[in-house]
Amino acid sequence: MIDWRRAAIVGGLSAAGLFFAWILFFALPRWVANAPNASATAPAPAAAAAEEPERKIKAHLFYVSEDGHGLTGVEREVAFGADPGAQARAILDAQIAAVDAPLLSAVPAGTKLRAVYVANGDAYVDLTSEVVTAHPGGSLNEQLTVQTLVSAVMINLPAIAAVQILVDGKEVDSLAGHVDLRQPLMRKPEWVQ
Amino acid sequence: MTRRFVPCFPSAPVVIGLVLLVALAVRLGGQGAPNAPALSLISREARRAIPLIVSNEQEFIGLDELATTFQLAVREESGAVTVSYKGRTIVFSPDQTIASVAGRMISLPARPVRVGGRLAVPVDFISRAIAPVYDQRIELRRASHLLLVGDVRVPRVTIVPEPLPAGFRLTLDALPQTTSTVTRDGDQLNIRFDADAIDVAIPPVQPQPLIQAIRRVDGTTLAIDLGPRFASYRSTTQTVDAAMRLTLELLSPPTDTTAAAPVPGTAPPPGAPAAPASPIAPAAPSPSGELPTFGSPVTAIRTVTIDPGHGGTDIGAKGAGGLMEKSLTLTVARRVKASLEARLGLRVLLTREDDRDVPFDARTAVANNNKADLFISLHANAAFRPTASGASVLVAAFPEEGPARQSLAPQRVPVFGGGLRDIELVLWNQAQIRYVDQSWVFARTLEEHFQNRVPLDARPTDRVPLRVLASANMPAVVLEVGYLSNPEQEKQLAGNELQGALAQSIVDAVVVFRGYLTQTAGGER
Repeated sequence: MIDWRRAAIVGGLSAAGLFFAWILFFALPRWVANAPNASATAPAPAAAAAEEPERKIKAHLFYVSEDGHGLTGVEREVAFGADPGAQARAILDAQIAAVDAPLLSAVPAGTKLRAVYVANGDAYVDLTSEVVTAHPGGSLNEQLTVQTLVSAVMINLPAIAAVQILVDGKEVDSLAGHVDLRQPLMRKPEWVQ
Repeated sequence: MTRRFVPCFPSAPVVIGLVLLVALAVRLGGQGAPNAPALSLISREARRAIPLIVSNEQEFIGLDELATTFQLAVREESGAVTVSYKGRTIVFSPDQTIASVAGRMISLPARPVRVGGRLAVPVDFISRAIAPVYDQRIELRRASHLLLVGDVRVPRVTIVPEPLPAGFRLTLDALPQTTSTVTRDGDQLNIRFDADAIDVAIPPVQPQPLIQAIRRVDGTTLAIDLGPRFASYRSTTQTVDAAMRLTLELLSPPTDTTAAAPVPGTAPPPGAPAAPASPIAPAAPSPSGELPTFGSPVTAIRTVTIDPGHGGTDIGAKGAGGLMEKSLTLTVARRVKASLEARLGLRVLLTREDDRDVPFDARTAVANNNKADLFISLHANAAFRPTASGASVLVAAFPEEGPARQSLAPQRVPVFGGGLRDIELVLWNQAQIRYVDQSWVFARTLEEHFQNRVPLDARPTDRVPLRVLASANMPAVVLEVGYLSNPEQEKQLAGNELQGALAQSIVDAVVVFRGYLTQTAGGER
């Protein structure tokens, strides 16, 4: 004879166990994962933004030296980034932006920053294809372009050990046929005068 | 009360300290030893040796020595060193590798060092910093440790030994053109050059029946020690590009009985100068009648691959006048190929013969698959500032090169059938690591041969992570022939004169580098 009471207890416990498992393995991780993003991407109230001025840091940006054989550092204020990736992005956005004479940028005009990733102490700088298609060529120019980006990241963020340049999200052989970009590169101090 | 005297033995740290002090004293004392490296200064007024200091495999020279030699005023204050010469100044910091030379920035291969209170600068400081401000010609020849000041004639003499079916040929090219006189003195032939000195790398020659050795007698004379089978010689001179070529053929006695009878007295007498193109001078028949045997000279470079950079859709840099890098590199490559084949008889391969795209790895594959002994990738440079000018030679650099080199050490692995074998595991994209030292020597040799013939960049040699060289399994360089972004240099690069000087310099550098390889590695790779 079926013990209906026992069956109800077992069924109830099973349902409770399944619900608990669903909470533990699906709902809770999803909630934990979404919570920070939601807060980060949520637009700040306009009133709060108006009250709190944007935080800035001083960073060194690099431009072609007068003799064309190296880079000259210039101090500029850039937006504060909450983590190394965000800070690298703010610095590189400022580095890539067009400048007026007498400053001369070694990053080809039209180049945009797609993304910056920081992993295992290395930074990965993802640029749009203009960095290749608009590059004037020459190994000196190519080294200046690479060292501009590498120096901007490594001098301002000393925790970064090396920088790899990506183009349109992909690893590339080089920008203009000379410098090997298949692995992260370190900065060469002698390029900064 | 008695006073006891006990022997006093120094403790271990004191002993170690004393040993280190003695070692340091020996090392410092050894810097001035006769076998220490030195530069040979040659000028109209003086000839003397200037001692060098070696630190971290770099050669340095005391700034006080340079001040005495070139009448420089040296002042050091606030961490900067100012060197003055007739109102022109060189400014540098002892902890940096750059210097300002009359307002122009130049790079140095290493930071200056202090040795015993003296400030010493890299030897290249002479050619890169002093030469541009000095009012006399200064030429530094690193490979031969020569420092030429003023109007002195010191031709580079390259020697190519070559066995022939019935003799032995020596080809001596003197650059710039310099006349020479050949005389016989007993068992040796003397070749005296009409110059203040000669800059020569003597290739090793295995002793054989016609020739025993080549050696230097004095500053302007070479001697060829003749072998037992030597009977006569023939010398001819001709102009080849910018060089004067002396071809010297050593001949054995005729073994063919149908040959014309020897005419006594036609061989040049000992001590008598030879005519520029003397006829074959027969000699007495062979005493034994045996056929001459010849050993082959050690030749470390047999095949050279020239890589004309860019091509096809990849035009490279482009000058304001329209000259494209891809076209210029192909033109220069064809010229270098012709010169290497004609002058040195080498096998020369081009990675592209026409205007087409060639992937990086396909370029080095041409060299690797054909077992080339040298890879030269030709490029033309471009700078954001139009004033930059001059040629430069680049050698591959690798991130974390030290550990990568150690990982290339032979590994002992078991083999089929038992036993162990040492093998070298070389990653394809790091094949060049094993050759960076030799590549650097070739780069410096090129730089030396460009001096006074081809304009040099402010940074004439450098290490760069270069994509095209990474997989080259032989000494390899990227040669930037000049700047297309400089309108004046674009015109020069398009012209015959600079292209000819480039080809000539490359050929001369290959000859010198070949001598270096044979001397250091016995010609084996």
